[in-house]
Amino acid sequence: MIEALSMTGGLECQKMATYQDFIQQNEDRDGVRFSWNVWPSSRIEATRMVIPLGCLYTPLKERPDLPPIQYDPVLCTRPTCRAILNPFCQVDYRAKIWACNFCFQRNPFPPQYQAISEQHQPAEIIPQFSTIEYTITRATCHPPVFLIVLDTCMDEEDLQAVKESLQMSLSLLPPNALIGLVTYGKMVQVHELGCEGCSKSYVFRGTKDLNAKQIQEMLGIGRGPTVQQQQRGGQNPQQHQLPSNRFLQPVHKCDMSLTDLLGELQRDPWPVSQGKRPLRSTGVALSIAVGLLECTFPNTGARIMLFVGGPCTQGPGMVVDDELKHPIRSHHDIEKDNVKYMKKAMKHYEALANRAANNGHVVDIYSCALDQTGLHEMKFCPRYTGGHMVMGDSFNTSLFKQTFQRVFSKDGKGEFKMGFGATVEVKTSREVKVSGAIGPCVSLGVKGPSVSETELGLGGTCQWKMCGLYPNSTLALFFEVVNQHNAPIPQGGRGYLQFITQYQHSSGQRRVRVTTLARNWADASTNIQHISAGFDQEAAAVLMARLAVFRAETDDGPDVLRWLDRMLIRLCQKFGDYHKDDSNSFRFTDNFSLYPQFMFHLRRSHFLQVFNNSPDETSYYSLGCTDTQADKPVLLDTSSIQPDRILLMDTFFQIVIYHGETIHLWRKQGYQNQPEYENFRQLLNAPVDDAQEILQTRFPMPRYIDTEHGGSQARFLLSRVNPSQTHNNAYGWGQVIIFQFLFFIILMKNYLKEVVQKNLVGFLKLGYDNLGM
Amino acid sequence: MLHLHNFLLVLVVNTNHHKEMLDSFHPLREVVVSIWVGLYQGQGFPQQPYQGGGGGQRMAGPSSMQQPAPRKLDPDQMPSPIQVIEDDMRNRSGVFSTATKGAVPPLVTTKFIVQDQGNCSPRFLRSTMYNIPCTSDMLKNCHIPFALTISPFAKIHDQEIPPPVVNLGEIGPVRCKRCKAYMSPHMMFIDGGRRFQCVYCGAATDVPAEYFAHLDHTGRRVDCYDRPELCLGSYEFVATKDYCKNGVLPKAPAFIFMIDVSYNSVKSGLVNIICDRLKDDILVNLPKESGMEESEIRVGFVTYAKEIHFYNVKGNLAQPQMLVVSDLEDMFVPLLDGFLVTLAESETVIDSLLSQIPQMFGESRETETILGPVIQAGLDALKSAERSGKLYIFHTSLPIAEAPGKLKNRDDRKLLGTEKEKTILSPQTTFYTKLGQECVAAGCSVDLFLFPNAYVDVASIGDVCRLTGGNMYKYSYFQADLDGERFLEDLRRNVENQTAFDAILRVRTSTGIRPVDFCGNFFMANTTDVELSAMDRDQAINVEIKHDDKLNEADGAYIQVAVLFTSVSGQRRLRIHNMALNCCTQMADLFRNCELDALINYLSKQAIKTSLNTNPRQVRENIINECAQILACYRKNCASPSSAGQLILP
Repeated sequence: MIEALSMTGGLECQKMATYQDFIQQNEDRDGVRFSWNVWPSSRIEATRMVIPLGCLYTPLKERPDLPPIQYDPVLCTRPTCRAILNPFCQVDYRAKIWACNFCFQRNPFPPQYQAISEQHQPAEIIPQFSTIEYTITRATCHPPVFLIVLDTCMDEEDLQAVKESLQMSLSLLPPNALIGLVTYGKMVQVHELGCEGCSKSYVFRGTKDLNAKQIQEMLGIGRGPTVQQQQRGGQNPQQHQLPSNRFLQPVHKCDMSLTDLLGELQRDPWPVSQGKRPLRSTGVALSIAVGLLECTFPNTGARIMLFVGGPCTQGPGMVVDDELKHPIRSHHDIEKDNVKYMKKAMKHYEALANRAANNGHVVDIYSCALDQTGLHEMKFCPRYTGGHMVMGDSFNTSLFKQTFQRVFSKDGKGEFKMGFGATVEVKTSREVKVSGAIGPCVSLGVKGPSVSETELGLGGTCQWKMCGLYPNSTLALFFEVVNQHNAPIPQGGRGYLQFITQYQHSSGQRRVRVTTLARNWADASTNIQHISAGFDQEAAAVLMARLAVFRAETDDGPDVLRWLDRMLIRLCQKFGDYHKDDSNSFRFTDNFSLYPQFMFHLRRSHFLQVFNNSPDETSYYSLGCTDTQADKPVLLDTSSIQPDRILLMDTFFQIVIYHGETIHLWRKQGYQNQPEYENFRQLLNAPVDDAQEILQTRFPMPRYIDTEHGGSQARFLLSRVNPSQTHNNAYGWGQVIIFQFLFFIILMKNYLKEVVQKNLVGFLKLGYDNLGM
Repeated sequence: MLHLHNFLLVLVVNTNHHKEMLDSFHPLREVVVSIWVGLYQGQGFPQQPYQGGGGGQRMAGPSSMQQPAPRKLDPDQMPSPIQVIEDDMRNRSGVFSTATKGAVPPLVTTKFIVQDQGNCSPRFLRSTMYNIPCTSDMLKNCHIPFALTISPFAKIHDQEIPPPVVNLGEIGPVRCKRCKAYMSPHMMFIDGGRRFQCVYCGAATDVPAEYFAHLDHTGRRVDCYDRPELCLGSYEFVATKDYCKNGVLPKAPAFIFMIDVSYNSVKSGLVNIICDRLKDDILVNLPKESGMEESEIRVGFVTYAKEIHFYNVKGNLAQPQMLVVSDLEDMFVPLLDGFLVTLAESETVIDSLLSQIPQMFGESRETETILGPVIQAGLDALKSAERSGKLYIFHTSLPIAEAPGKLKNRDDRKLLGTEKEKTILSPQTTFYTKLGQECVAAGCSVDLFLFPNAYVDVASIGDVCRLTGGNMYKYSYFQADLDGERFLEDLRRNVENQTAFDAILRVRTSTGIRPVDFCGNFFMANTTDVELSAMDRDQAINVEIKHDDKLNEADGAYIQVAVLFTSVSGQRRLRIHNMALNCCTQMADLFRNCELDALINYLSKQAIKTSLNTNPRQVRENIINECAQILACYRKNCASPSSAGQLILP
């Protein structure tokens, strides 16, 4: 689904007039896309739909048009419900009573709503505000905390680059934000900021893990818990101002000294002998950073920004020893269980990730090295906390520099596009229950009436924590229809969902965003066409992709692939339109037509195929998958690689511009510089402009590759396209969809045997014959 | 008798001083002589005021001793020690030549200039007797211990020539193949110079081709006077890699100054005075190799109270960097580069640091301190820098903070003078003893400057100094304005006098006798090698020598003291001292050639050593018995018969 190839000639995806618009409108308003926009009305029917009922929810969807609401939301008084007043509630203006649309409890309006009437409605019950945001003014306002954790075992050039990037970032931070610095190499140094005359830092051994209490004692912060409690108890807002300490200081106070401090930072001075890796204690450094924030700013928005230039080679969390002759583990080693440090390291980082997530802190990892740095082991940190993971070759590349700059990008109001410490709660009407979520979140393990017994993803809870939240952070939520077949839903009944996201805005305010949704029910046994018309193939593909990646974490690759294949075949059987034993008769309606194509590329993508990738890369790509949304899909096929074409391929992590043979020849001869070939120049520039546009908005910034026919970098493109050309050049573009599907099945024939033996056998066979196999 | 009591009490109570007092011949002499003589007078001899070697404060011990009933002796008939000293000064001042075998040197109080003519200067090596009994029976009968007092780096007179440095290049020092004794003037060349016979063990060793020289008609090598090791009693060899740790030539040593910055320390003005004066008064006096412009010694700075602060004072830094280590359980050094620097390269940063420290800790409210981790930190710093060196620790209070080496307050004055006294005079934990041994292994010597306002348990923490050849100073109730100068003078003298680091001392003797007991501040891993992390000019150790066979009166006895050490510039060298002694079969010869200063030095050190194991009363009795038996032996063997009541002195 993330694969997209848009030709300069332009091959546009066809749009469905009605549902496509409805889906788009819903996405714009609520940041929600469902796999099924009409819900099957019973459990049995729902399971027969093959693709689970689920949605992609973007809690912080940018909505500059939302009214600023400065009061608390009104809650349903039933203790088990506590849903928030929304446009779908029935309101009795005379009696000043509203009925909860989830539990049907009748609630009186609070006194401050006395003045409401049909003409004078509060914003939260106006239909257009099905998504609304409250700012809680009572809550204390904490500025965000940024803790830099910087590896000093890197080349002079890299270190200089990352130092400059950090110095630059100081100017991007709000002046009241708190900042801290931890550097590490063989030892871990926690720098005290704002010291005059003599810079001061606390040093820790890189081989010894410390718990939060030890770190607190050793750093001498918050001595004596009683003092802290007193402070916390004291409600005096003046005294409560800024709980800064020596290590985390407001930017405006320490930006000068921090700039100097960064400027004086040297490479790790401990000698590295021939044939050794430098001793790098990433595990302990991260542990100290987590511990420092844990004991100073629990439940306050904070980011740990970890910059690594190589693998952790000592102490807890080490992924490889310091002997260069021992290479870092590969997928092959992992498969053979030939990994000495991986499991221990993963345990370490996962524990850290859980601690950070519990405290609402985000961990970002910026990893720039030519070899692997152990992202595979550290992936838990960004995944559980919603942090960024950026992988590059060097800190001295625009890829890193611009990506890093983009972390601090601001919206129209000049505020960071990031939220902290969010909890997402899901409320459902009786007929549906939530079975799980997949995304940059951790379960809060809150049981409630809306929790389903079956689990998909992180289940068994109706609340999740997302420590880091961005306008594009998207959660995949899965639901289960629990209504029994014999209990039909009354005519006109709708299913409701409410998403309540509480988070700390980058300004420090506590905010609550509430999205309430309603969807129609349809009886699948009689009105299957209604349901299938409401299918959103893009959302479905993303949901399936997330499920597949989630499964791939636990199961083996082939099992997941087989599962995907089975799901696809079943979908084709259920919704496809074909005559038995006649492959040419197979047709999908338009809103299903691209789905097989998506699945095919998903199978081949980084997420599920580890071939030619390191474990680090795999972790990196799969995190990207669960983090963000689907992109615009088009076809990838070798038949599109023509001498007179320029191709632009966007794989989310890479953007490849490919010049065909002829074009390349022309370019080499410099036609674009001659005035009479102005149109050629424009043709050349068009993809570059497109690429620039993508480069400017995408996070993390993709690798930009400009290549030509026969160029070494062309492998990026060639490795991803469909090899149809090798078999058949005769087919035109018109048949592409069905053809792709057939081809897809052929590639998978080994897996499919048992599935297709029923009634697809003939169909398949015909397919083979067609291809002359 | 009273003097002895008081003297011992002073010694015993002031364990912090004992080393210093015993190390130098000079200050002790008067007291010792007065006891020596006073003992036989049996009555109070006017006590000589004791002045420590510029030393610290002395604690007065309780002097509630019962005075034994005086015996009837005429004080006027007693020889006055002053008289003895003055006579010696009159008769023996001037040049003392060491050419004669077994010549008794002048008293230490006498000003003399040594001319090295084959035997080492008595400043380096003194024996209790210069005429050794041939048999062990005779030695036993005379009751005089045969002991050496060795001060291998003693300060010499301005007009004396320091031991020359011999560099034999790749072949290294020439040694006996069996006992490994070093080439000395006493070695006999045979076979026309192709071999030499060891004077200590008798083995004949081939002379290396590079070292060969012909012999003249008297059997001496023709290059005899060109080579110091063939004509002098004291000289130095440049050592080769074989003599170095791990076969690597050493780097210049380092001094780490570790300053307690707890509340007490700041309040007493200690931090201020150290930071104020350290550079101008102390660091400029860092010892340097003769002929060198600047000292090669590296310096490092650490402050501590409950956590340890290291400082990066690298020359190219704009300001010093402080690195705090608070992991006391598992001490380590957080930096390598920039911690140990030479004064010349980082002078401005050091200045800036020393002016910052009093400001940074001016508001310190920390009263608990640590000590164990501080020493560990210094040790680790030297280890990771691969240097030997010294830790100067300026410490104020009993280390009671929760950390390794934590001590209990067990100050129990009631125990003093009782049977249980020894329990509080010995360490309460083995922590500091073990730490001291680790220090020795790494060539790290620890000097403690204590500024207590209360009990600090010198007995426990002093072990580190004792084992590492360090010094300890104590300034009770220190006030910077009153005691500051005294402390600075002590520190200056200490810093200035450091000469040898990471040293190993070995005593070789002729067959028939051998060193059996070593006494002093050092560590011994085996029975022959004395390991000292550092040695200064004042330090001395005692060695008792016993017979294991008969000696030949004609041959005499030979002693060679070799010290392998790292010099202040980081050169690995060997200093060799040689001494030849006579042998005798007559008691009279023996008594005539006894050396009083060395004898008293030895006896008093032994007394202190035993006082830690037994109670003071027993120590006193032992000394009296020993003296009485020496006199009895003299009376029996040497003196003409006289009445039983008459005391006869040699």
